[in-house]
Amino acid sequence: MSRERLLGAVVLLALGLVPLAAHLMGEPFTITLATRAAILALAAVGLNIALGLGGLVSLGHATFFGIGGYAMGILASHVQNYEPMFEWPVLFEGSTSMPVIWLVAVLASALVALLIGLLALRTSGVYFIMITLAFGQMFYFFSISWSRYGGEDGMSIYVRNGFPGLNTLDPIQFFGLCYAVLCLVLLGAHLLARSPFGLALGAARQSPDRVQAVGLDPKRLRLVGFVISGAITGLAGALFADLNRFVSPTMFSWQTSGEIMVFIILGGVGRLFGPVVGAAVFVMLEHWLGDMSEYWHIWLGVLLLAVVLFARGGLVGLIAGRERAHD
Amino acid sequence: MLKQLLASAALIACASAASAEVKVGLITTLSGGGAGLGIDTRDGFMLAVEEAGRDDLEVVVEDDQQKPDVAVQIADRMIQSDKVDLLTGIVWSNLAMAVVPSATAQGLFYLSTNAAPAQLAGKGCNPNYFSVSYQNDNLHEAAGAYATSADFKKTFILAPNYPAGKDSLNGFKRFFKGELAGEIYTKLGQTDYAAEIAQIRASGADSVFFFLPGGMGISFLKQYADSGVDLPLVGPAFSFDQNILQAVGDAALGVKNTSQWNKDLENESNAHFVEAYLAKYDRLPSLYSAQGYDTALLLLSAMDKADISDKDAFRAALEAADFASVRGEFKFSASHHPIQDIYVREVIKEGDILTNKIVGTAIEDRGHAYEDECKM
Amino acid sequence: MTPILIAEQVLNGLQSGVMLFLMAAGLTLIFGVMGLINLAHGSLYMVGAFAAAATAAVTGSFLLALVAALAAAAAAGALVERLVIRRLYDRDHLDQVLATFALILIFSEGTRWIFGSFPLYLDIPEALSGPVTLPGGIQYPLYRLFIIGMGLVVAALLFWLIARTRLGIRIRAGENDREMIAALGVDIARLYTLVFALGAALAGLAGALVGAIQSVQVGMGEPVLILAFVVIVIGGIGSIEGALVGAILVGLTDTLGGIFLPQIFGLFMDPAAATQTGAALASMAIYVLMAAVLVWKPTGLFGAKS
Repeated sequence: MSRERLLGAVVLLALGLVPLAAHLMGEPFTITLATRAAILALAAVGLNIALGLGGLVSLGHATFFGIGGYAMGILASHVQNYEPMFEWPVLFEGSTSMPVIWLVAVLASALVALLIGLLALRTSGVYFIMITLAFGQMFYFFSISWSRYGGEDGMSIYVRNGFPGLNTLDPIQFFGLCYAVLCLVLLGAHLLARSPFGLALGAARQSPDRVQAVGLDPKRLRLVGFVISGAITGLAGALFADLNRFVSPTMFSWQTSGEIMVFIILGGVGRLFGPVVGAAVFVMLEHWLGDMSEYWHIWLGVLLLAVVLFARGGLVGLIAGRERAHD
Repeated sequence: MLKQLLASAALIACASAASAEVKVGLITTLSGGGAGLGIDTRDGFMLAVEEAGRDDLEVVVEDDQQKPDVAVQIADRMIQSDKVDLLTGIVWSNLAMAVVPSATAQGLFYLSTNAAPAQLAGKGCNPNYFSVSYQNDNLHEAAGAYATSADFKKTFILAPNYPAGKDSLNGFKRFFKGELAGEIYTKLGQTDYAAEIAQIRASGADSVFFFLPGGMGISFLKQYADSGVDLPLVGPAFSFDQNILQAVGDAALGVKNTSQWNKDLENESNAHFVEAYLAKYDRLPSLYSAQGYDTALLLLSAMDKADISDKDAFRAALEAADFASVRGEFKFSASHHPIQDIYVREVIKEGDILTNKIVGTAIEDRGHAYEDECKM
Repeated sequence: MTPILIAEQVLNGLQSGVMLFLMAAGLTLIFGVMGLINLAHGSLYMVGAFAAAATAAVTGSFLLALVAALAAAAAAGALVERLVIRRLYDRDHLDQVLATFALILIFSEGTRWIFGSFPLYLDIPEALSGPVTLPGGIQYPLYRLFIIGMGLVVAALLFWLIARTRLGIRIRAGENDREMIAALGVDIARLYTLVFALGAALAGLAGALVGAIQSVQVGMGEPVLILAFVVIVIGGIGSIEGALVGAILVGLTDTLGGIFLPQIFGLFMDPAAATQTGAALASMAIYVLMAAVLVWKPTGLFGAKS
């Protein structure tokens, strides 16, 4: 077991055990924080597939995060307000069941990722960064003026959606659910990176010509990678909305895209556990620094800068050394 | 004297009970571009708390960064680990909508120092929710009433394209009897209004109503003053509030705006508040400071009358609103929103400082438009 | 809709385009020469506006305020380049995005720390205030004409600088072949600092000019920054001509879209719904324009073939 793998296992285990301990000690807020970290980590795991594996620097992943959130908000608000979503061809009243919401969130964000990918992947480099940013802004402004679903105010869902066999209102049970999803997706990302597709996508990042030479289309590989990436971030968006019982256009803002990217850089690009480490550290920092100073953004900025400048490979790289798991 | 005696008796009664201490969570915006409003809210609130000097009241203050998800997270923490009894302080309606419904559903009290969206006044009203400020539409309604009484015949109206903007224009139209020369929704956060001003110029309007909070209003006023269009302007107090007037500069002079409070309102409580605030913070109080102060006074008055662990008694004490508001008379409607006079103010200069003075009353004893939808 | 109103709106679009050009020129120059993507460019715009407001408050002179804005933004730019940016030239875009994102946080909260949370005051000088009547009877604010004029002058200077001066030759050489100019004995580190400071000064100037008619507050740079990115992407990254054309296209689209879209929808919808739908689409218009340009020309209108 490499040092990186070991570190990842330790962090993941800690993320699972801390809330359990908090639960036993009656500290429900620590559980909420850990849940937040797990969900944000999930969003970053999604982005990491495009970014780390595919080399696609997307500054628009808030689009998918927001779509996931709005999938939850729209489905649940129809049930909450007793207004069926549509009556034809069959009566559909919306849903407050997480599996249904997740399915819709994943499908919707995958579809949007496909459309954006088809256009955006015609470009590369800085143009790709900017066009993904532009699509994010489009959704942001659209959600602000879409008054049917709350516009700038967003939507509140009073009761967290349900999952068969669980009481999701209990913090520790909801955490367990998010944690399980995170672990499953991490496993999936690991297998994906090792699969022929993942290897080809990684190769397309490093030398597109050679991939083309063996008869694979790098563009198509990237498109599939981008869609998978968007779908995972969309799923995280649905969970995040359920954590807060609230969605708003903020989820679509370009700062959100930036923050998801920050988790990856903090942890380490292209490393399986990088996003988990990054998100956990970010949530802790936000919590502690926010307590210490009104101007905590300065310190966050300084720290981020230090990591980018002096700790290439992120925190995971700092501790586990330079080798990259997926290369 | 009798009242004081009662108060101290209540204090002793409180002190004897184990759970007597009241813990308040104040969530407001203390960092980022909107921090000015939150800082005023907090300072107003804390001034009243410090003046009361009670040791059975504890206030936890947190910064929501003007982000709904952060506000929710803080509220969760305050409820789950700080075990607060009551929340207050949120400036923005979208943040209030994220926090208030679930907080009141968990049995906490929420006293609004500012945001009071229609949803919480009508169908979504809750016995544990009180708005101490107003209902969001109120100042816009008052502007409409003023425009009618000032005999404006053709008014041009504009607001940002988001829910509060739509509520604003609807509120204005509810009380405006004249004709509209035009109606524009601008982009949220827009900073250049040259195009809108050109439309106003071409519309043949005789007056302009606008609702553009924060930096948007500063930009609009400066550009309007420079455009050579000199139709009378009317707006709600937000763009003429003490802490942004200095940034607008002389462009704001003479503009009529509507507010339920001003620093020259003549009553004892207000005179004391303005003086104490100026002495403590070395700046004039704003509308947000006044709302924060009143909210704390209401809370203190309820603490004098009831123990917060007895929710029904405490709620009744809040409903009684037995405190010396800086607005003078103060009472709640059945839906827990104020019934109050709303004034017309004019921007003037006192020495070098721009400020407002009251020039009339726009609406008397105004409640709100959603009262009938509230069933509780 | 009268011709006069249309002419006035076109002027407004032009003015906002010219302002955007000042922002975009620096961005595109920095990208073209150093290959750096700088999210903190909006912060330099804010620095310019704050420096101008603070100077005007002390001295009362608008001219000094403009000078201060140029100087402060250039100094901040040079400082940041020396301390941070220079370590990023060899890095991939991802690191650049992140490091400059961090700089935004530092600049914004730092400014709030120094100047407080309330907006500052900066006004148009007496001599430039009020409207003038243009041929055709258009009433137009003098200050906005001044901005258009300033912008065009700066654009002309910039073109001259790049086409005719030694610095310009070096900049163009730097865009094409870095090793070459190093071999020619040009001090690259100094050249880069200079270019970065120049870009920063342009942003600072834009901030001060706009600050006089808008609100000088923390966070004022980010919306403009995103617009400026849209501009340089449409124009083709690295191209000053592209930045000028892109800026005017974006300025016109944004201004005219906001006015005409609601009216077009008003032809077949009820007025309230039309203004809302129109306003919603207008706020998305420039992003649609950008996506359309990129689909048509993936490296922008004036971009080099990749």
